[in-house]
Amino acid sequence: MACCAVVQKAEKKDRAAMVRPRVDILETGHEFLLVADLPGVSPNDLDLQFDKGELTMRGSRAGSRAVAFERTFTVSDMVAADRIAAELKNGVLTVKLPKIEAVKPKKIAVNA
Amino acid sequence: MNRTCRGPFGALWNEVNTVQDEVSRLFNRVAPFVAAPAAGPHLNVREDDHAIHVEADLPGVDPAKIDVTVTEGNHLAIRGERQLPDIAGATWVRQERASGEFLREISLPALVNADAVEARYENGVLTLTLPKHEAVKPRKIEVKFAS
Repeated sequence: MACCAVVQKAEKKDRAAMVRPRVDILETGHEFLLVADLPGVSPNDLDLQFDKGELTMRGSRAGSRAVAFERTFTVSDMVAADRIAAELKNGVLTVKLPKIEAVKPKKIAVNA
Repeated sequence: MNRTCRGPFGALWNEVNTVQDEVSRLFNRVAPFVAAPAAGPHLNVREDDHAIHVEADLPGVDPAKIDVTVTEGNHLAIRGERQLPDIAGATWVRQERASGEFLREISLPALVNADAVEARYENGVLTLTLPKHEAVKPRKIEVKFAS
């Protein structure tokens, strides 16, 4: 099989490409879980902000494949904003958004 | 601005396309899509005089389970697997990330020394450095003059 008949010359990039990272979102009784692919981004290059009900992630990757990741989500007031926690590992950002007490499922005792 | 586009699993997505104003379906119930087999991670291949460099974005893959093989001096295969988050009692709200097994096979532009390949996995990026086989490295050829 003929391979590499046409080989691209490496080119200098003036600006990093802007990319929206792919995201999975799950919901349990007590929290939302948001998982984003940010390959090549280290914790120092990640900016995660929660402001006025919006969660914004901005990550950057340097080098020959420079990329600027950015995406914003509107977060409902079911979420306890002061308890949002995040971890970035192996290029995957996991954000836990706990629900406020009032909306958690509660078992109701039934009197006989 | 509305943009209609094909999403990764063949379903038609309508999306309001501004970064500022991502109206996420975060709190709407969206039916989870059945994941189609992924084409596999994209590979960047660069060549210089001494080596071939390959980069693949593999976020969230266990590096111990990434399988890199070089056969016949210039066939490279990268195989691995990634699972989706599996949480008991959770419902899916949005599903965009690929999962399952992947396999990428390419022919490299030159013969490499398979015994000296280096592989590094950092921040979800796999970087391979494949030194060229001595026989294919560029050589300066001295031209003798007949006088």
